[in-house]
Amino acid sequence: MGENIAKNFDPKQTLNEIEDKFQMFQILNEDGVIVNEEANPNLSDEELVELMTRMVYTRILDQRSISLNRQGRLGFYAPTAGQEASQLASHYALEKEDWILPGYRDVPQIVWHGLPLWKAFLFSRGHFVGNQMPEGLNVLPPQIIIGAQYVQAAGVALGLKKRGAKNVAITYTGDGGSSQGDFYEGINFAGAFKAPAIFIVQNNQFAISTPREVQTSAKTIAQKGIAAGIASVLVDGMDPLAVYVATKDARDRAINGEGPSLIETMCYRYGPHTMSGDDPTRYRTSDIDNEWAAKDPIVRFRKYLEGKGLWSEQKETEVIELAKEEIKAAIKQADETPKQKVTDLISNMYEELPRNLEEQFKIYVEKESR
Amino acid sequence: MAQMTMIQAITDALRCELKDDENVLIFGEDVGVNGGVFRATEGLQKEFGVERVFDTPLAESGIGGLAIGLSLTGYRPVPEIQFFGFVFEVMDSISGQLARYRYRTGNTFNMPVTIRSPFGGGVHTPEMHSDSLEGLMAQQPGLKVVIPSTPYDAKGLLISSIRDNDPVIFLEHLKLYRSVREEVPEESYTIPLGKADVKREGTDLSIFAYGLMVHESLKAAEELEKEGYSVEVVDLRTVQPLDIETIIASVEKTNRAIVVQEAQKQAGIAANVVAEITERAILSLEAPVLRVAAPDTIYPFPQAENIWLPNYKDILETAKKVLTF
Repeated sequence: MGENIAKNFDPKQTLNEIEDKFQMFQILNEDGVIVNEEANPNLSDEELVELMTRMVYTRILDQRSISLNRQGRLGFYAPTAGQEASQLASHYALEKEDWILPGYRDVPQIVWHGLPLWKAFLFSRGHFVGNQMPEGLNVLPPQIIIGAQYVQAAGVALGLKKRGAKNVAITYTGDGGSSQGDFYEGINFAGAFKAPAIFIVQNNQFAISTPREVQTSAKTIAQKGIAAGIASVLVDGMDPLAVYVATKDARDRAINGEGPSLIETMCYRYGPHTMSGDDPTRYRTSDIDNEWAAKDPIVRFRKYLEGKGLWSEQKETEVIELAKEEIKAAIKQADETPKQKVTDLISNMYEELPRNLEEQFKIYVEKESR
Repeated sequence: MAQMTMIQAITDALRCELKDDENVLIFGEDVGVNGGVFRATEGLQKEFGVERVFDTPLAESGIGGLAIGLSLTGYRPVPEIQFFGFVFEVMDSISGQLARYRYRTGNTFNMPVTIRSPFGGGVHTPEMHSDSLEGLMAQQPGLKVVIPSTPYDAKGLLISSIRDNDPVIFLEHLKLYRSVREEVPEESYTIPLGKADVKREGTDLSIFAYGLMVHESLKAAEELEKEGYSVEVVDLRTVQPLDIETIIASVEKTNRAIVVQEAQKQAGIAANVVAEITERAILSLEAPVLRVAAPDTIYPFPQAENIWLPNYKDILETAKKVLTF
């Protein structure tokens, strides 16, 4: 009897068949060579240069942010080096009116969407002005509760669908975040409502010290999309062209009413988890660091663009200098922002202050006038 | 005017708001074609369409996230949590997210969300259906917490809650859904949030209560009247923020007070009322302010509700302690 059952019913085989289908999507290899010409997005020269410019700029932003953090001139900071393709090429596929629901490591995306750099620095320091979004900028402040951005993205996407907008909600989490309940609820809700959402999992191999293998026995995180019945893909997250194409494709399908997508970008963070005392040498070997250093998205994209005569050392130096200048100016502007007062914090709680806060407001106005 | 139960008054308020504001959306588990497990949304999907009143997957946290996302795109969500005991699944979406959005974005984004949810004992529900958890909500800055005890209050308070541009938790007592009937205007009207209501005037003792305990307090007040005591019953109606003016004015008149809640003594919001009174009116007090509350155990197994839940007899007993202190 057991044999008969096994003939018609082999759950393990089903799993293996499904997992085998999730092959890594890549366009540009580590040497900067196009290995999948068919999928090449054929971005214009200007677009290619713009994407490279943003990636280089963001690498510098990371280096400067780490240094400013060490000097005590920035507060909370989650390093981004290594994830430029994953973060910026996915963002590059978006339109201005699209909504971004970032995680705590996803500051670069909202900066390139339009958040002034000095405000991003105020977010790091812990000042409410950093989270005051300019009028019409469809981004939320970086989300600290891992997974919360996913359920909220389903809601934003449903709202866009109801409004008849040809726009999407995009959100990001990490490999560890894919273990959260809200991760699953978010993709499942968006799927059930056929809402225009793009869910990106930046699988940077570690959730603080916990390697990705400890999160799940699933071979890929992309395959988790199957549980929600949504389109899913595993992408080389160190390849800007592949990330761009996967996101653009997900966006096109979303605005055509075909529902959400889950994109796993296989990438790496070269730095620590955050600058709040994490020491990656406790859990990462130099072997794995070296392995991923060889896959650096900037190195491979540089090679590709140099091959096309679109990039040079001089051009890169110009971008680096510009970044350093703008970062300096942004820090200065952050420094010049007036200090927060308790009355500011009270004023931002409700449209109309309830009685208890009205009373406390008066007490603090008096204290602040002393 | 029409005679309405509380559940009818709630449906009526929802209908008024769906009609008045095209951004109002009602959603939750079984609130659509089914009309809600208590018929609170009966007929609304039929009248306003599936775009305005719709069912969701069975996941409270997702429902909370949906409300947040819909607010960001300009809607006025009125989600339902089927029973408030299930709030633990959505604590982050409510306390960690909804309540904080205006503040965390420095007034850039706000959450005009009203979460409706039934709670309350006395109807032998299974586990985690009847727990009084308003105390958890009342401790979260950024929320308002409303608990009506009559059909008239329920309609006016719900309309105000929906129109409020900040999140409101609107808790509906299961035992009150159909046990009280009264005249309710058919047109729209509002009752300000944060305003208590003196349900019975008196001069010897103030009873502060909310939810089902308002009715138990009124019953106790009648008994006390037979013994010659004049008792004032104040229905808090909003448990956060408290209507300090009405509370203090009552205490200053009667000089004696008790606070009555259905929640366990270590929960609810009674301790907060006592603290406010002692901070603001201690010189008016002839006796300590005592509390009537449930024992500090987990909510009882259904068959033990009648020995566990506070009722008018407990109120009488505590009232007399204070009156004869």
